[in-house]
Amino acid sequence: MREFVSRVTRHRLFWPVAALVALIAINAIAQPRFLKITIRDGQMYGALIDVMRNSAPLMLVALGMTIVIATRGIDLSVGAIIAVSGAVALTIIDGSDTPDAVPTVLIAVAAAILVSLILGVWNGFLVSTLGIQPIIATLVLMLAGRGIALLITDGFITTVNSDPYKWIATGYVVFLPVAFLIAMAAVAVVSLVERRTALGMLTEAVGINPEASRLAGVRSRGIVMGAYIASGVLAGIAGIIVAGNTSAADANNAGLFIELYAILAVVLGGTSLMGGKFSIAGTVIGVLIVTTLDSTIVFLGVAPARSPVFFAFAVILVVLLQSPAVHRFARKFKTSKPSSVDEDTPTKAEVSA
Amino acid sequence: MSADNEVQPIVEMRGITIQFPGVLALDNVDFFLRPGEVHALMGENGAGKSTLIKALTGVYAVNGGEIVVSGEPRVFGKTADAQHAGISTVYQEVNLCANLSVGENVMLGHEPRGITGIDWKAAHREAARHLTNLGIELDTRSLLSTHSIAVQQLVAISRAMVLDAKVLILDEPTSSLDRGEVEQLFAVVRDLKATGVAILFVSHFLEQVYEIADRITVLRNGKLVGEYPIAELPRELLVTKMIGRALDDLEKISRKADREIDREKVPVLRATGVSRRGVVEPADIDVFEGEVVGLAGLLGSGRTELVRLLYGADKSETGTIEVKGALARMAHPRHAIEHRIAFSSEDRREEGIIADLTVAENILLGIQARQGWRKKIRKSEQDAVISEYMQALGVKPNDPTMIAGNMSGGNQQKVLLARWLATAPELIILDEPTRGIDVGAKADIQLKVAELSEAGLSVIFISSELEEVLRLAQRVVVMRDRRQIGELDAHNTDLDELIEFIAAKGDRSAA
Repeated sequence: MREFVSRVTRHRLFWPVAALVALIAINAIAQPRFLKITIRDGQMYGALIDVMRNSAPLMLVALGMTIVIATRGIDLSVGAIIAVSGAVALTIIDGSDTPDAVPTVLIAVAAAILVSLILGVWNGFLVSTLGIQPIIATLVLMLAGRGIALLITDGFITTVNSDPYKWIATGYVVFLPVAFLIAMAAVAVVSLVERRTALGMLTEAVGINPEASRLAGVRSRGIVMGAYIASGVLAGIAGIIVAGNTSAADANNAGLFIELYAILAVVLGGTSLMGGKFSIAGTVIGVLIVTTLDSTIVFLGVAPARSPVFFAFAVILVVLLQSPAVHRFARKFKTSKPSSVDEDTPTKAEVSA
Repeated sequence: MSADNEVQPIVEMRGITIQFPGVLALDNVDFFLRPGEVHALMGENGAGKSTLIKALTGVYAVNGGEIVVSGEPRVFGKTADAQHAGISTVYQEVNLCANLSVGENVMLGHEPRGITGIDWKAAHREAARHLTNLGIELDTRSLLSTHSIAVQQLVAISRAMVLDAKVLILDEPTSSLDRGEVEQLFAVVRDLKATGVAILFVSHFLEQVYEIADRITVLRNGKLVGEYPIAELPRELLVTKMIGRALDDLEKISRKADREIDREKVPVLRATGVSRRGVVEPADIDVFEGEVVGLAGLLGSGRTELVRLLYGADKSETGTIEVKGALARMAHPRHAIEHRIAFSSEDRREEGIIADLTVAENILLGIQARQGWRKKIRKSEQDAVISEYMQALGVKPNDPTMIAGNMSGGNQQKVLLARWLATAPELIILDEPTRGIDVGAKADIQLKVAELSEAGLSVIFISSELEEVLRLAQRVVVMRDRRQIGELDAHNTDLDELIEFIAAKGDRSAA
């Protein structure tokens, strides 16, 4: 039993999951209706369903960010790509005579994804071919991207009235939000591609030791390029969803700061910013932590003026909960009091979170 | 000899026992260190050298035995305790602050203070004095990182002297130094010895041990083998004591290498006039099937640079490379790999092993990179390859799930060899494959190279240990000052001739 507990607590996803469970528990205790899910007209409603739907853009972005971080990189431009992608999609729909037609929406979506892919290629080119430091290389597009989006929308917030497009962000399929299903599909595709092929291992090898990988014959340039392309495309899909939420393309505010939340989610999920080993499951948990925290703020009725401080405070707690230094301290504390049982410490820590 | 048995030891470690989960790392080991001696601690990796040092520096607590320093029994709970007792350590990887100045590093934590805080002028003066005491002239305001590793190590020693160390532990200090830098370090060590500092020296380089040490303590498998004055322990005997078996293996290697190579055939690799400006001057090299070509020369003579051109790790600016008679473009390592050429870099940590990946992944990386990412090697095939090569090379522990970075240097080298052998190369370039690894693993790797070449694999073998080159190779190409200066027949050359050839001024061709 002891051994089982120690095996579980040593699993790399234990602390992220513990933090998520603790967060949900706090909500449920404060407001039992948090856990309540109702089904109406073939659609599920409830706070947890909202978390799922709201998590979709961040999930997509963080997924790409995970792969980029695994190569020792970082992609700061994802927020800007969201803005560009939304601008492209809505401008096409806005300019069409048949905004409500499915083909129009398909063309708009395809164009938005294509543009995002090109932006990903640009980032990948700067990093892998020109060898510019990732933080600088992607900063270029982070700053310029919103300008491009403004050019596309002509400086206005483009709004459209297109039901098929809106459905992407707010619709339901088999009781679940479409946006959430898109994000989950992306998670599944990326996981399969990374783990069923050798891409995951080669990505980690490049991230851990680029020179050794090159000498071993790994096509590291292609792998790094692919990571930024994936990140661009996933951010583009996120941009389509973000624009669909409000049926508006806001070049200045769509996806604002999402790169930072994505980095936070990746790190909470246990992937190191130093590159190398990555965990997609960890990132999924990390995204759910961040989104749940966001809705906790709304749910507990924290005043808007105080919510950033509340958020920061909660993040510090979650990070502390996962920190090896704190675990060591807790173990020391435990061994100095031999009477306490093994399972004691994690429980205590959870409550305090 | 300055140290004799009558001198009262400054460090007495008696009956030291350290138990790790599942391993008895040290079993009742005695160790004595006397003032004014250089005492070499010898043993294979895993023999317990590092554990003993860590017991003495307070990193590990002992499970049994006692440590007496300067006549007082001590219990070291942390490294600061050991420092207070006058024990300082200089590691292989310099643990100073690279982005601070030399003076700041020397005086860190002991800066003289004036009214307005630290008196930097005095601090630098003080630092300069400590450096001068060791015969080092340095601008104390220069950044530490602008100096070579050798100088940084001397700075680390100066820092130890600021801490008033009576015992100085040098843990593999010479592994990244060239000959001249080693001399400089040894001059400092001799000065310190003369002032009565007790020096504990750990190194894999036997020549250096015999050059500097007064006494040797040998450990094997966590047990004390014995303590010997250097004069009473010839090299062969030392090696035998360290690995616990006679040196039949090395003789076996020599016998295997002693065979005729058919040089009438088309060479596996023929490089003509390959060069790169400022790196290597035009060099010609042929390697025939089943041949081991040794590449000898001092560090920085262009050995590594030349083979990097052959492998495509760097691009050559002139010359041609032919693989089995056909012209080959070597602009990228992948081109070489396609021609079944493998290259194991001298820098195992930076250019070889992927530290955070498992042993299995490290071995598979070579074949997987060649197959491309889309075609993942099937699990059954993976297991077959991994177990075949781990066994063939004797990787220990025999655990493919172990993180490669946690293995000893010798086993990492075996893993790298496994990675390359799994790609079924026709020519393998081994750059310092035996550097910094223990005697047993060195013998294992040499034996493997001899066996493989006997079976038809061509090898370019680089080593600073010239005995190894002569033992394994049929031909030795000698480099000096980035130029190929000649070629020797390994069978008819002895060590002294080779050393003389490498060091000789002016040009001379032989054999």
